[in-house]
Amino acid sequence: MRYLPKSPAEREEMIAAIGAKSIDDLFSSIPETYRLKKPLNLPGPLSETEVIQYFQERAAENSTGYTSFLGAGVYNHLRSVVTDVVLQRGEFLTSYTPYQAEISQGTLQAIFEFQTLMCQLTGQEVANASMWDGSTATTEAVLMAERLTGKGRVLVARSVHPEYREVLRTYAKNSGLHIEEIGFTPDGTLDTRALQNALKQDVCAVVVQSPNFFGAIETLAPLADAAHASGALLVVAITEAVSLGVVSPPVEADIVAMEAQSFGLAPSYGGPYAGVIASREKFVRQMPGRLTGQTTDSAGHRGFVLTLATREQHIRREKATSNICTNQALCALAATVHLTLLGKEGLREMAQHNLSKAHYTLAELEKIPGVKRTFKAPFFNEFTVEFPRSVKIVNAYLLKEKFVGPFVLGSAYPDLTKHALVCVTETTSRAEIDRFVAAVKRALEQPL
Amino acid sequence: MAYPTQYRYTKEHEWIDAKNDSATIGITDYAQHELGDVVFVEVPAAGSKLTAGKTFGSVESVKAVSDIYAPVSGEVTEPNPALTNTPDLINTDPHGAGWLIKIKLSSPAEVNSLMDAAAYEAYIEAKQKEASA
Amino acid sequence: MNEHIKKATRHTNQNEGLIFEKSSPGKRAFDLPPLDVPSTDPEKSLGTHHRREGVEGFPEVSEIEVLRHFTRLSTWNFAIDLGMYPLGSCTMKYNPRVNEYVARLAGIATEHPLQPQELSQGCLKIMRLLEKCILEITGMDVVTLQPAAGAQGELTGLLLIRAHHEKHGNPRKKVLIPDSAHGTNPATAVIAGYDVENIKSNAEGQVDLAKLREQVTEDVAALMLTNPSTLGIFEQQIPEIAEILHAKGALLYMDGANMNALTGITRPGDLGVDVMHLNLHKTFSTPHGGGGPGAGPVAMKKILEPYLPTPVLVEREGGRLALDFQRKESIGRVKAFSGNFGVLVRALAYILAYGPGVRQATEDAVLNANYIRKNLEGVYDLPYTRPSMHEVVFSDAAQKRHGVSTMDIAKRLIDYGFHPYTTAFPLIVPGALMIEPTESESKEECDLFIDAMKSIAREAQTTPDVVKTAPHTTRVRRLDEVGAARKPILRWKPAKRSEAAD
Repeated sequence: MRYLPKSPAEREEMIAAIGAKSIDDLFSSIPETYRLKKPLNLPGPLSETEVIQYFQERAAENSTGYTSFLGAGVYNHLRSVVTDVVLQRGEFLTSYTPYQAEISQGTLQAIFEFQTLMCQLTGQEVANASMWDGSTATTEAVLMAERLTGKGRVLVARSVHPEYREVLRTYAKNSGLHIEEIGFTPDGTLDTRALQNALKQDVCAVVVQSPNFFGAIETLAPLADAAHASGALLVVAITEAVSLGVVSPPVEADIVAMEAQSFGLAPSYGGPYAGVIASREKFVRQMPGRLTGQTTDSAGHRGFVLTLATREQHIRREKATSNICTNQALCALAATVHLTLLGKEGLREMAQHNLSKAHYTLAELEKIPGVKRTFKAPFFNEFTVEFPRSVKIVNAYLLKEKFVGPFVLGSAYPDLTKHALVCVTETTSRAEIDRFVAAVKRALEQPL
Repeated sequence: MAYPTQYRYTKEHEWIDAKNDSATIGITDYAQHELGDVVFVEVPAAGSKLTAGKTFGSVESVKAVSDIYAPVSGEVTEPNPALTNTPDLINTDPHGAGWLIKIKLSSPAEVNSLMDAAAYEAYIEAKQKEASA
Repeated sequence: MNEHIKKATRHTNQNEGLIFEKSSPGKRAFDLPPLDVPSTDPEKSLGTHHRREGVEGFPEVSEIEVLRHFTRLSTWNFAIDLGMYPLGSCTMKYNPRVNEYVARLAGIATEHPLQPQELSQGCLKIMRLLEKCILEITGMDVVTLQPAAGAQGELTGLLLIRAHHEKHGNPRKKVLIPDSAHGTNPATAVIAGYDVENIKSNAEGQVDLAKLREQVTEDVAALMLTNPSTLGIFEQQIPEIAEILHAKGALLYMDGANMNALTGITRPGDLGVDVMHLNLHKTFSTPHGGGGPGAGPVAMKKILEPYLPTPVLVEREGGRLALDFQRKESIGRVKAFSGNFGVLVRALAYILAYGPGVRQATEDAVLNANYIRKNLEGVYDLPYTRPSMHEVVFSDAAQKRHGVSTMDIAKRLIDYGFHPYTTAFPLIVPGALMIEPTESESKEECDLFIDAMKSIAREAQTTPDVVKTAPHTTRVRRLDEVGAARKPILRWKPAKRSEAAD
């Protein structure tokens, strides 16, 4: 087998050197009854060509050739081919967690740069080396707030991504956290009056997302003030990180939980992505996940090491800040390479393209009779519109025209049955936008 | 390093220097040696209550965290302010400048049930023999 | 010093500062195509309060600088592509390149997890086939591919166990964990809302059945077992352990981190395990990438099926695959979307390449570990003498007499051209050296490793200082971890700003 570097003769030699008669001797500690007598019933073995063929056939059964207006937490963005060139370097791809710092300086410095970029983006003082994704990062941020305040009630905006809220609920069930949801106003942002009513001294965190699931940008200062007045922390989740190229960063937040998928990570049917937690320096000892710090070696040279490891599972065990071990290092590296390629101007420009294309699309859609913008709040690259008929029906028509239509908000918000969440990024051409708008118009003119 | 004879000691390697109804508490030279270079200390604020036998803070090195157990019950009057910026005092002067907290004792008699210097030295000697066996 | 070291030598490599230190306004590495719609004024559309002029401090560099920067950094790393990584329980095996190729195919990498299921049949088929393969390998009935990593798999497993107990009227209070366990086990148990009770291993490094009988009560939800244990030793009495637990209604969870010793040889499901996780980035060859991503699928017996995290992959009429979100008794979601699909693709590619012949990989892994053990017995102290499987644990007791510890030996191994083994774990072996070569190492590489370890043992006796101050040939020497922890510097800051702050 091409992955095994031993010839039959070498195997024989090694077995003899051990003093065994055959390879089976080496498994004698497994009771006879439990040793398999037949090979496993698995497909294969396939040659390299056949492996590729299998996946090409599967690829052909997916969505190639469709233009997408779907966001809802995962975004199509341009990525340079240079990113993969770096990711594919064996020294990055096939290296381990940098516990042995002297031979992992490449990984460690790249993580340090990642931590820095995340701080610059979010306006926070420290950022970790990655969490599994935005949904688990948000949950971990809430658990962090619980540890910091010692309190158990959490107020979460309904406009936070539905799947993020589901994950939080799963984790909260067993940690004694009590989750309550706060609704949104007609302009699409958090209902601050409802928040004020719900805030008491027993709240550890107020959780909002900005831009939120409807695409609306939240005004954070009053939310932070309200939270702090009750001794709670403000946790801000971000699913579309490119927004930070043109939207002001959440400096009022105590903890930011961000999904970095938009920075050079392919959608890949749900993962792997990269979550980030960024926060204030005074909270760093309660921050989960790995942290890389700058230091010097015995000769005074600058170097980098994993630090503050005593928070983590391999030392603290049951008292750890989290159970996370493997994180998303290679994904964080992808984001780092992507962001250094984009640079300050590239990110600003990319954000500007998103902003412009989304606003153009809305303007064109609003020309269709019956199509209305739902929320007044400013938006980045996603917005909510109301159709005069069910979004599912419109999407079924769009599918035939080779469009992946907008997210059906009714599937997660029963009070928004005819509303669609439309996402437009820099990857969608004007021609496709115009074709999409024309198709929506036709869809709404179809006999019922 | 000699173990001050006027102190009392616990099996978890804390020392206590009691005078009437107030005391100073720290960790022993043995403990700091086991831990290695101390990087961070977590001690409770003034006013916090201590219960004998329960943890009240922790001492962190690069590779380990050690919980600190209250040798007696009482109320914290002062945590050592120097430990924020110079936690290494615990390594260099564990029985003196590296003290952790000053407390007001709720039952001064509790101190008498703790080991004296001779007993503690015998205890750690036995531990060291066990480790190298 | 290096004349007798055959595998590695000093080599000029490039210095490189932080990318921010190369930044200069006006440089760009990536251009976008021109904007083809009217440009929206951010001031007007977002309002002054919400708009941002650009990210302050963000680097501005050219394409070549970016490529050189990261290429130079990469040359400072050790990697599997360069040589053996004998880290115990990490299973640092070859990461096949075809896996990278297929994961990047258009139609695979490009798919949105929320797109219509009729446009995702290819993705769902991949997941379905991987599920079937995992069930065949583990001997279980049902599997979820959602958990993002081993630790998340452990949590999912414990939440499934909790749901099962809750259904039977009593969630129970504690989880038993052997003192040899990986740190994620107790950390996870706490997150699942359980107290941790340690169970001591016996003199042979196995679960002490007598102690187990005492400790298993109706307050115990489960035992978390790693098999082979972190000592690399097969837990002989799993069926008996399962019986003791089941008699009191408790369940047996297996940490599958060490599946590389079992695949194709035996199946945890057949042994009595109720639920387990796998680490796809270990046994199933998906790359470690400097610390992740991974994936931690959880396979279980039918009794736990009702509680599976949503969505569940199901087959509908006509063989169409679908994601089922209507699961009344589900524990919920542990992660957004369906799992680390890109990692799942790589794992399936690995399994397809081997087919039923995957047993050979396991045999070679166990052969390599035992070959190394045989050659180093007598050179390093072997605290547990039961047969080793895919990994072997020595201790530094012999070298400690000269003041040399496992950490020092590990650092000296770097000079010999290897990545260190796992030091100081498992905790039940003081001064542990945990060595797992995997099947990807040739006899030549194993022999070089053995030679290196023997040489270092000699050095520990004759010139211990050389070992205690190693490594000598790396870009940086031992780094000041104490300083890094006392005064953490966790990001770069522009010089001007920090001067102003002073």
